[in-house]
Amino acid sequence: MMALAAIVVDSLVYASWLFIVSIGLTLIFGVMNVLNVAHGSLYALGAYTAAWGVGMYVGGAPDAGFVLLAIMLVAAIVVGVLVGILIERGVLRWVYGRDEIVIVLATYAVFLVLEDVMKLIFGPESYIAFQPRFLFGTVSVAGIPYVGYDLLLVPLVALIGVGIWAAIHRTRPGKLLIAVIHDREIASALGINVARFFTVTFLCGAILGALGGALSAPLISVVPGIGVELIVLAFAVVVIGGLGSVEGAAIGALLVGLGRTAAVFFRPELELFVVFVVMTVVLAVRPEGLFGKPQTRRI
Amino acid sequence: MTALRNIRPTTAGIVLAAAALLGLWPLLPAWAAHTAAVSLGGGLVALGLMILIRFGLVSFGQGLFFAIGGYAAALANQFLGITDMLVLSVAGIAAAGMIAWALGYIVRGHRGIFFAMLNLAFSMILFGILAKTVALGSTDGFSVGVPTLLGVAPGPEAGRLTFVLFGFIVISSALVAWMVDRILASPVGYAGQGVRENELRLRYLGVSARGAVHLAYIMAAKLAALGGVFTVLLIGHVTPEDTAYWTKSGEFVFVAILGGAGNVAAPFIAQTVFELVRTFALQYVPEAWQMLLGITLLLVILFLPGGLWSLVDRLRGRDA
Amino acid sequence: MPEALLETRGLGKTFGAVVAAEDVSVSVAAGEIVGVIGANGAGKTTFCNMVTGYLTPDQGRILFRGADITGCTVGEATAAGIHRSFQIPQLFPGLTVYENLLLSVGVFGHRRPPWWRPLVRPETQQEARRVMEQYRIADSAETRVDRLPQGVRKLLDIAMAMVGGPAMILLDEPTSGISTEEKFDVMGNVIDALRSSGATVLFVEHDMDVVGRYADRVIAFREGRVLADGAPREVLENPAVIEHVVGRRPPRPTDA
Ligand SMILES: Nc1ncnc2c1ncn2[C@@H]1O[C@H](COP(=O)(O)OP(=O)(O)OP(=O)(O)O)[C@@H](O)[C@H]1O
Ligand SMILES: [Mg+2]
Repeated sequence: MMALAAIVVDSLVYASWLFIVSIGLTLIFGVMNVLNVAHGSLYALGAYTAAWGVGMYVGGAPDAGFVLLAIMLVAAIVVGVLVGILIERGVLRWVYGRDEIVIVLATYAVFLVLEDVMKLIFGPESYIAFQPRFLFGTVSVAGIPYVGYDLLLVPLVALIGVGIWAAIHRTRPGKLLIAVIHDREIASALGINVARFFTVTFLCGAILGALGGALSAPLISVVPGIGVELIVLAFAVVVIGGLGSVEGAAIGALLVGLGRTAAVFFRPELELFVVFVVMTVVLAVRPEGLFGKPQTRRI
Repeated sequence: MTALRNIRPTTAGIVLAAAALLGLWPLLPAWAAHTAAVSLGGGLVALGLMILIRFGLVSFGQGLFFAIGGYAAALANQFLGITDMLVLSVAGIAAAGMIAWALGYIVRGHRGIFFAMLNLAFSMILFGILAKTVALGSTDGFSVGVPTLLGVAPGPEAGRLTFVLFGFIVISSALVAWMVDRILASPVGYAGQGVRENELRLRYLGVSARGAVHLAYIMAAKLAALGGVFTVLLIGHVTPEDTAYWTKSGEFVFVAILGGAGNVAAPFIAQTVFELVRTFALQYVPEAWQMLLGITLLLVILFLPGGLWSLVDRLRGRDA
Repeated sequence: MPEALLETRGLGKTFGAVVAAEDVSVSVAAGEIVGVIGANGAGKTTFCNMVTGYLTPDQGRILFRGADITGCTVGEATAAGIHRSFQIPQLFPGLTVYENLLLSVGVFGHRRPPWWRPLVRPETQQEARRVMEQYRIADSAETRVDRLPQGVRKLLDIAMAMVGGPAMILLDEPTSGISTEEKFDVMGNVIDALRSSGATVLFVEHDMDVVGRYADRVIAFREGRVLADGAPREVLENPAVIEHVVGRRPPRPTDA
C-alpha cells in the first residue's frame, strides 16, 4: 500500500516535471510545425541561469526567502526572451517554408552552438541551487515525507497547463492562433499577422522551456549535458501524446512518469528503456500520437 | 536537391581513389592513415544516410546500426574468439541486416519527422539496453583485440592499424561505394527519388513505395554496421555512448548533410573534413568544437543545400 | 451492349456526414470514351479514387474485365491496367519533364524495382522521348516541373498516366487550368493519343462543350448519385442535369 502511494506521488511529481519541460516543445510544434531540438538548450540555459542567480543571491544573503523563486522566474523569462528571439528571428525565419526535417536540422545546429556557448559562459563545473527546494519544508503523504517544493510542483504545473489551454481556447488571440494552426495561408489572407504569431509562440515556448529548466535547477546538479539528455526525454513525452497537442503532452508526461517511476521501483535498470519502448510503440502504431489526428491526403 | 542527371558512373574515380590511398600508405604518417581509415568507416554510415536522404528520409537513429555492427564484431571477437576482419565484417552486416529487415516493417510506412523520431527511439532503446547490461559491458563497453585476415596475423611490433587492416578497409569501402553508386542508378534508386518527390505518383506507377523504403532502410543499416565494424577494429574499443547515443546519430546526419547527396564520394569527403577539423579543433579550441559544427550546419542549410558536393558540381559548370 | 470493361455495382462512400458516393452503378465498355460531369463536390473524384484503389468503397463492388477488384491497392489497380491522371497534377516537382518521364518509364510496373541494372538505357530513353513528343511537351524537356505552366503540367500528368499502356484511363479534369482557347487543341491532341493507344477513357470535365465534342457517352453525378447516364445530347439536355450541373456552375477558385 505504501509502495503504491509512493509510486503514485512520485509519478505525479515526475510527470509534472516532464510536462513543464516539454510543453513548450509541443506548443511550438503545434503552431509552427517546428520540432525544436534547441528546446534542450533552452532548458539547460534556464537551469544554469536560475542556479547562478540563486547562488549569487544566497552568497550575499544566507536567509533568502521567496525572493529565490522570483529570481528563478526572472531567469526563465530573460533567457526565454533573449534566446528565443535570437533563434526565431536569427535562424528560423530563414528556413520557414523549407522541409520539416530541414527545420529540425537547423534547430539541431542551434542546439550544437548553444551547447558550447553554455560551456563558455558557465564553465565545466556544476551549479547547485538547492536552497529554493527547502523553502516549503517537508510534507508527509501516507506516512512518507516529501519535500514541499516537489509536491508544489504538481499544482503549479497543472495551473500552467490549464492556463495555456485556456489561453488557446478561451481568448481572442488564442482563437486566431487556432486559425493560424489550421491554415496559415488562409489566416494570413484574412489579415492575421502570421509572422507575429510565430514569433510570439516561439517566445512563449522558449520561456516555458527555460522555466522548466529554472524549476529543475533546485532538483538537479546543473552540469554540461543536461540539455542533451532532456531533449530526447521531451521528444518521447510529446511524441507519445501527439506532437502539437497540449492535452497530449499532459498524458504523455503522465505515462512516461508512471512508467519510469514503476521501473525505478521494481527494475531500476529498465528506467530509460521503458520510456523509449513506450515512445516506439506509440510511434509505430499511432504516429500522430494518442491525441493527434491522422492526416489523410485528399487528391 | 540533386536531380537525376547527377547520377553518373564514378567507377573510375573510385578505383583511382582506392589505388591512391593504397599507394600512399608508405608515405602516410600514422595519424593520417588512421584518420583516412576512420573517415572511411564513418563515411560508410553517412553513405547509408545519403541513400535515405535520396529517398527524402532522415534518420536520427543511425547510431543504432552503427552500434549493432560494432557490438556484433566486438562480441564475436570476445566470446567466439573470432579475429578475422572479414568474418567480423560479415557478422556485423548480417546482424544489422536482420534487425533492419524486422524493424523495416515498422518504419517503412513512416515519413518525415516520424521516421526520424522512430529511429531515434529505436536507437535509444538499444542504448538503454547496452548501458545497463553488465554482460555487454554496461557504459564502459569492452575492448577488441587486433584483427587478422585469412590467417595472417600482424606481428607484435605492428600497431593496431596494419597495412592489412588499412587495405581491407580501403578496398571494401571502395567496393561498397561502387555498389551503392550502381544501385542509385538502378530503378530502385530512381524509385527513391520518386518517394521523395511524390510518393502518390510512384504508387500510381505500380511501385510499392514502402517496399522501396524498406530496401533502402536495410541497405543503410548494413552500411552503418560495416562502418561500425571498421571503427571498432580501428579504435579497439566500443561503448554505448560512442555508438548508440543520439548525439552520435546526430553527428552522422551532420556529415551526410555536409557532404550532400550528389555523389557516393560526398559522404567520405565530408567525413574526412569532419575528422580533420575535429582533430585540430579538439587540440586548439576544444570548447568551440560543437559550435563549429553547428555554425557549419547552419551555413550548409542556408547557403549550400546540396552540400559540399554541389561545389564540385558548380566547378564543373553544372547547376546543382 | 458489348461486355463491360469496367463495372461498378452500388458503390457507396461517406466522409463523416458527407455522402460522396451512393449506389453508383455504371458500366463502361471497352473502347468507349465516357465523359463525367457534376457540380463541385458531386463525387467525381471520389469515383476515380475508388476505382483506382486509392479509396476503398464502404459499399458495393468494382469489377474490371469481370474480375472483382474491390479493395485492391493502387498498385494492384495499376497492374490490372487502370491508370489515372489527377485534378491537381501529381508530378515529381524537383525533376525535369524528361526526367519525370524517364523515371516513370523506368520504374513502371515494378512493384519491387530491380536494383542490379541501370534505369537509364536506350530503351527507356527512347520511350521517354516518344511519350514527350506524343503529348507535345518535348519543348519543355529540360525544364524543372515546378517551373512549368499549368497547361504543360496537365499534359505531363496525363503522359505519365499513359506510361505502361493502360487498358483504361481515368482523366480527372484534364483541361482545368487551361485557357478556353487552348482547351480544344489540348483535348483533341490527348484524345487522339489515347485513341491510338486503344485505351478506354473516362474523363471528368466541367466544360460542357468539351464533353459534347469528345464523349461517346455522358454520366452526370449529383451529390454522390448518378443523375443521368446516356448519349451526350440526351444527358446534356436533360432538365435535371441542366438545373443541377450545367446551368448553375459556381466559380471554381480551387483551379488556380
Ligand atoms: N478524403 C476526404 N475526406 C473528407 N471528405 C472528402 C474527402 N474526399 C472528398 N470528400 C468530400 O466528398 C465530396 C465529394 O468530393 P469529390 O472530390 O469527389 O467531388 P468532385 O465531384 O470531384 O468535385 P470537384 O468538381 O470540386 O473536383 C465533397 O463534399 C468532398 O468535400
Ligand atoms: Mg474532383
